[in-house]
Amino acid sequence: MLLKDLFAVTMLLSIYGLLSATFFVAMDAVDVAFTEASVGAGISTLLLLVVISVTGRRERRVRHKPYAALFVVILTSMLLVFGTSDMPYFGSADAPIHNHVAPRYLNDSMQEINVPNIVTAVLASYRAFDTFGEVVVIFTAGIGVLALMSVSSKALSKSQPLNRPRGLYEQHLVIRIVAKTLFPFIFLFALYVQFHGDFGPGGGFQAGVIFAAAFILYAMLFGLDAATKVIKPAVIELLAALGVLLYGSVGIVTLLNGGNFFDYDYLLADPIAGQHLGILIIELGVGITVTCVMIMICFGFSLRRRAYEQKVAIRPKEGAV
Amino acid sequence: MFIGLANTWVAILLMMIGLYIVIAQGNLIKKIIGLTLFQTSVFIFYISMAKVEGGTAPIFSSDISIYSNPLPHALILTAIVVGISTTALALSLIVRIKEAYGTIEEEEIQGLDEEQD
Amino acid sequence: MVSQLPVLQVILPLMAAPLCLLLKRSTLVWLFCLIVSFLSLLISILLVQQVSTSGPIDYAFGGWDVPWGIGYRIDQLNVLLLIVITAMSSVVLIAAKESIAREIDPEKHVYFYILYLLSLSGMLGIVATGDAFNIFVFLEITSLSVYALIAMGRHRRALWASYQYLIMGTIGATFILIGIGMMYQMTGTLNITDLSVRLAELPQKRTILTAFVFIIVGVCLKLALFPLHLWLPNAYTYAPSIVSAFLAATATKVAIYLLIRFTYSVFGPSLSFAAIPLQTLFMALGLVGIFVASVTAIYQTNVKKLFAYSSIAHIGYMILGFSTGTVAGLTATLLHVFNHALMKSALFLALAAVMLRIGSVQLSSMQGLGRQMPWTMAAIVLAGLSLIGVPLTVGFVSKWYLLVAIIEQGNWVVAGLILMGSLLAVIYVWRIVEVAYFKEPATAQKGDVLEGAAGGSTEAPLSFLIPIWLLVGANIYFGIDTRFSTQLAQSAAQSLFGVSP
Repeated sequence: MLLKDLFAVTMLLSIYGLLSATFFVAMDAVDVAFTEASVGAGISTLLLLVVISVTGRRERRVRHKPYAALFVVILTSMLLVFGTSDMPYFGSADAPIHNHVAPRYLNDSMQEINVPNIVTAVLASYRAFDTFGEVVVIFTAGIGVLALMSVSSKALSKSQPLNRPRGLYEQHLVIRIVAKTLFPFIFLFALYVQFHGDFGPGGGFQAGVIFAAAFILYAMLFGLDAATKVIKPAVIELLAALGVLLYGSVGIVTLLNGGNFFDYDYLLADPIAGQHLGILIIELGVGITVTCVMIMICFGFSLRRRAYEQKVAIRPKEGAV
Repeated sequence: MFIGLANTWVAILLMMIGLYIVIAQGNLIKKIIGLTLFQTSVFIFYISMAKVEGGTAPIFSSDISIYSNPLPHALILTAIVVGISTTALALSLIVRIKEAYGTIEEEEIQGLDEEQD
Repeated sequence: MVSQLPVLQVILPLMAAPLCLLLKRSTLVWLFCLIVSFLSLLISILLVQQVSTSGPIDYAFGGWDVPWGIGYRIDQLNVLLLIVITAMSSVVLIAAKESIAREIDPEKHVYFYILYLLSLSGMLGIVATGDAFNIFVFLEITSLSVYALIAMGRHRRALWASYQYLIMGTIGATFILIGIGMMYQMTGTLNITDLSVRLAELPQKRTILTAFVFIIVGVCLKLALFPLHLWLPNAYTYAPSIVSAFLAATATKVAIYLLIRFTYSVFGPSLSFAAIPLQTLFMALGLVGIFVASVTAIYQTNVKKLFAYSSIAHIGYMILGFSTGTVAGLTATLLHVFNHALMKSALFLALAAVMLRIGSVQLSSMQGLGRQMPWTMAAIVLAGLSLIGVPLTVGFVSKWYLLVAIIEQGNWVVAGLILMGSLLAVIYVWRIVEVAYFKEPATAQKGDVLEGAAGGSTEAPLSFLIPIWLLVGANIYFGIDTRFSTQLAQSAAQSLFGVSP
């Protein structure tokens, strides 16, 4: 990358995310495409932009130590090319992955779980524990960001609104009105994605990102203060924890009913109905946690940035060891 | 052979570009961008293996008989989430580093640390 | 409920973490974490008993049979790690309250405990699981929480150390992901037991070999094996003291576990050791690691960093045992996993006590500390002796087993080098003893935070002395009565070679 402008690099990364999402559609991975589009082209771009606004968009130095890096990269790529030369060809139906384990998902999941979207069946039931791990990862990131970025409440109460315009809305009436009429539709779409994951692409994670995007849009248009009034940061934290607990409690209930962890058959008398109920609740848990963590992270960054601009957040505690 | 593995090798090329950026670049943000590139390319590698010739998206329908493999899709969904979590944490570290050191260039940070020794 | 023990082991701390947010009060959360951690310890003790009486336990998540669902498989190797991790976490947590109060802002205490529990459950999840992709997920839970924990250190270098660890760790994890993808591509399964069966009968070896290399490199990045160790010293040094103690006792052990699991259970010794000269390579890296890290440790002025380098050296010892590829060598490695956790947690906890009292762990500020903090310094000396490998300590036991395993192969040169490596340990431990006991106390040194040092006796509070001396006691007890630890290690090693004990 020869570009020195970090803003341009971020935009390129965003385009890359979008392109890979379209590639995933071409590869039949619609759920993955949905997620990659919302993450690669959405949330990660947003976060990068916020960070660049703190750190400055210009890179100062030319790159260095390219030779060691080149050596590592060439070695790794040679190994990879060597290793992949034995692999089954692209699209070949007789590759091992299409003949072991996966056929059961394709052939039997309709009888066992009765959810048309097989990807949802796999991640919410067959491999529900992985997805639980995923929710915990997201929660960990949220708490980690809070631990790093949270500005002490004392510093916040002292902070005054900035001199510059507080939100776009004061300047742009049109944007404000258009956005206001858009919110119901965004929420409706998010709800659709949340509850339609059984039948088509979508599910808790994607819905959570859309929900979060709506809130972030609100914060961008009406100012951070207005947004934190709508939902208090402390409430968001609790909700994020609640999502994880909701997911886990499905497992606890199945345990108490005499099944193994996440064995939804034990939720209700009818196993199929149990599977449906289990998937519904865990997707809800995923949705809640993802929404809250995304909002938490974005608010955390923005509040920190504001405090940084006012030079109140940084206490001169460094250098004590 | 070249057609059959073209997808994989393009993914490898992209991975290596990402890895190179992570190692060679001194700017902390660019390192994270490289890391994202690296991870996304690994996702492409995974998704490529799931494809079956003539198959469709693994959403059940009575008039379709060939589906692509749903398992890598489920795995990569998890991996994408892990990736964004890592990115978010890394970016918050960068903000703190900027506040504490006043720079986000690797060389300058190391220089500041050595000064203190 | 007994059949549910494997899942409870992981799920208990995992579910407890978000619950912490509801409790809010720092002391309450600490108490809660302590209870959860001790309950986990209880569960792992029950698991040890169960595995030793009735063999490996399988557990299927969601009631789906493996390889379609995710399964846990607890065998002799897992229980050893489970008990080490939960025991260390519990003991370290006893001292956490006071240490945290000094080192971390009050409003972040709850986050600290949440992240601590998450990293604990992540490690337990890695160890307990029998699914290759599940390993990756829990690896990331641990990693992310550990990055955040390290960054909570007071010094600004903690941020930089955490960032470096994040980059290295994520590259490592992505390498593991690539390796898992290749294995999956060739076999169609992710379950470890199923993988080992299907990998063995595969005709094409190239992809598998590449997958193996990627996984080993990825694990070694996490393990901080010698040339890939650069992230470790700073991470251990600038993390909050409690985190250093917890990490030094557990994190690298989990990576050792992964190394053993992948080479022995997944790829099988025949592929792991025959296809590439892994044994020679690891023996060389282990030896070089021991010497380079020990010599570097001698020149450190920060005691935490000194012991961090000593940790890298001890990873070398573990790798040496691993590289023999025999039951005896593997027993030595696993025994050292157990014993090293005891030594390093005692040392880093004692350093946490020093940090609490004098606010610094620089060698220069520890002058005359032997008289001011007699119990703490005595603990450092005893644990240091164990680090060197003096008889009647655990350090001696594991070095003895290692030497026997190496000599069994007729490798006298390596055996001699190991003894020389121990001599280097004598030097760096002596440096601390010299400063602490044979130098006059530094009275009101410039730039040091010496609050409370004026009062003469500034011994650490009981909440520190109890866990520290518990660990020191364990260092000596398991150095004399080696039945429990050696039996655990031996049966684990034998189970990997398919020998019935």
